[in-house]
Amino acid sequence: MRKNSEVSRPELAKSPTGIRGLDEITFGGLPHGRPTLVCGRAGCGKTLFSIEFLVHGAIDYDEPGVFIAFEETEDDLTKNVASLGYDLADLSRRKKLMIDYIRVERSEIEETGEYDLEGLFVRLGYAIDAIGAKRVVLDTIEAIFSGFSNVNILRAELRRLFRWLKEKGVTAVITAEQGDGTLTRHGLEEYVSDCVILLDHRVHEQISTRRLRVVKYRGSIHGTNEYPFLIDDQGISVLPITSLNLEHRASSERVSTGIETLDQMFGGKGYYRGSSILVSGMAGTGKTSVAAQFVDAACRRGERCIYFSSEESPAQVIRNLRAIGLDLEPWIKKGLLHFDATRPNFYGLEMHLLRIHKLVERIKPKVVVFDPLSNYLSLGNDLEVQSMLTRLLDYLKGLQITSIFNTLVEGGHAELQSEVGVSSLMDVWILLRNLEYNGERNRGLFILKARGIAHSNQIREFIFTDHGIELKDVYVGVDGFLTGSARTAHEAREKAAAQLRREATERRRREIARKRRALEAQILALRAQFENEADEINKEIALDTTREQVLESGKVEMARARLGNGPAKVRRERNGKGA
Amino acid sequence: MAPVDMATIPEKENDKWVLRLYVAGQTPKCVAAFANLKKICAEYLDNRYEIQIIDLLENPQLARGDQIVAVPTLVRNLPEPVRKIIGDLSNTEKVLVGLDLRTRN
Repeated sequence: MRKNSEVSRPELAKSPTGIRGLDEITFGGLPHGRPTLVCGRAGCGKTLFSIEFLVHGAIDYDEPGVFIAFEETEDDLTKNVASLGYDLADLSRRKKLMIDYIRVERSEIEETGEYDLEGLFVRLGYAIDAIGAKRVVLDTIEAIFSGFSNVNILRAELRRLFRWLKEKGVTAVITAEQGDGTLTRHGLEEYVSDCVILLDHRVHEQISTRRLRVVKYRGSIHGTNEYPFLIDDQGISVLPITSLNLEHRASSERVSTGIETLDQMFGGKGYYRGSSILVSGMAGTGKTSVAAQFVDAACRRGERCIYFSSEESPAQVIRNLRAIGLDLEPWIKKGLLHFDATRPNFYGLEMHLLRIHKLVERIKPKVVVFDPLSNYLSLGNDLEVQSMLTRLLDYLKGLQITSIFNTLVEGGHAELQSEVGVSSLMDVWILLRNLEYNGERNRGLFILKARGIAHSNQIREFIFTDHGIELKDVYVGVDGFLTGSARTAHEAREKAAAQLRREATERRRREIARKRRALEAQILALRAQFENEADEINKEIALDTTREQVLESGKVEMARARLGNGPAKVRRERNGKGA
Repeated sequence: MAPVDMATIPEKENDKWVLRLYVAGQTPKCVAAFANLKKICAEYLDNRYEIQIIDLLENPQLARGDQIVAVPTLVRNLPEPVRKIIGDLSNTEKVLVGLDLRTRN
């Protein structure tokens, strides 16, 4: 599918500049074999841009280059870029680079009659042929406008020059000063229209920011935004390279926050590695301590961390954390924890971004902390800050680095209103809140969001102990949640009530036992009574039986007597009397 | 044509003039420049001059030394200071001013 579209739409051949970030914006570099116009005001980095284009070409892409300098001598150029680690003299010796300084001095020149700029063509052609150059820089060709007065000749010659460059098949960079309201002072954009790049250097509230924009790129798609760029001891970087996509891997590894109870709130397993975590709260809610716990936990796992502190010195942070039983110093000594303490307003946003990039590249951490982020937010307008943060996050996520951002919520602001929509960039948002109740101020913690994690919805009370942070369940009663001494009192009351309940149960148990005993006694008594009565009855039964037998025997005698004669009966009666 | 004001160049009187004409092949402009130069020299410098013709198409590396951009360019290396006159040298007046053979008005 993808292959087909590539075949049907052949891409324009491009020459990579080797400038970090630019080749991503232009999807490959400058148009190959065509001239590109790089314009901007004085000091915006045009010369450096073109030098980098040539040096990277010579070193990285095996494309030797010619630098035609109208403003600086070869010596000056060589010295100026030596601080970037570029050895132009060496490149010249190896025939990878040729610098030709063209000086056009109006005061030395008298013009009479017809002329052309064949001398420039000859020099350029000679230089190109001498080293087999594939790249050419003219910096800045507009200087000839100050050297010669016949503008008609100049324009015709420039037109011829750019056509000639195209015929030569060299990839050229032509620099030009930006004019008032025009891209270039002398309208070079008329001649060089394949690709136009505008460099800009603005100072806003004493903080400078450089920006780059691809104004035009014929026959190619390109990023159209203004991209901030930096010039430092490594040259130009249009930053960051990863800001153009959202393709970073998502780790499914869960790691501990360092606070066991907080891990439990995150479904018992902690957060995803590489998450962006926002810890927000008002002053004194314990943001630094939470961040330090994360750091401590990471160091315990043997992972490297960077702590960007923008309010306190490292010594102060460490001292304060000792109070809650967290000692970060051993981690620093082991080289696992790196502190970077700078006042944010010392640099512009872009410079910060660069410093962060470089530190991250050097230290290769797994966790970085920004404490607090709030201080960086004042360095630009919302758009700039958001752009910086997005790029920072993309960069860190691309490297699977967990980032923790502390932000201070100002009093009077809604605590859920995070600055410049920072929260939407974050995967996890932990909110620390002051809970005022019963004449006390206590700390509460809850997880506002945690992407992809079934997290607790409860507010926990957040307590500093001498062994770090602990989270306690918060009691929710008719007056809201109970914290601090109210919670303790509530706990005591609950304990007492439980005791009472236990005692009552015990009492009931005893009652049952007693009742059972009483019942059994009653049963015994009844049985005894019954047995007595049964005895009596049996005795009577026995007596009756005896009497019956006696009567029976009496009847038999009488019958016998009656059977003999009358007197017998009498006799018996007599006998009876006599008996 | 106005006469040369010799008062402006008294110390140069005995100097040897070295004039280099940079050309690029036999273009009409270059040919014209050479012709014009010879005429001016013959008229104003007697035998105190030497004309060197440098064809940049043959010796492109020589363009660098005298900072040649435009063609044709006439360079006066001696006497000092260096002077450059570009074009076909068709305006004798300007050539003379350019060579310090006449003061600028």
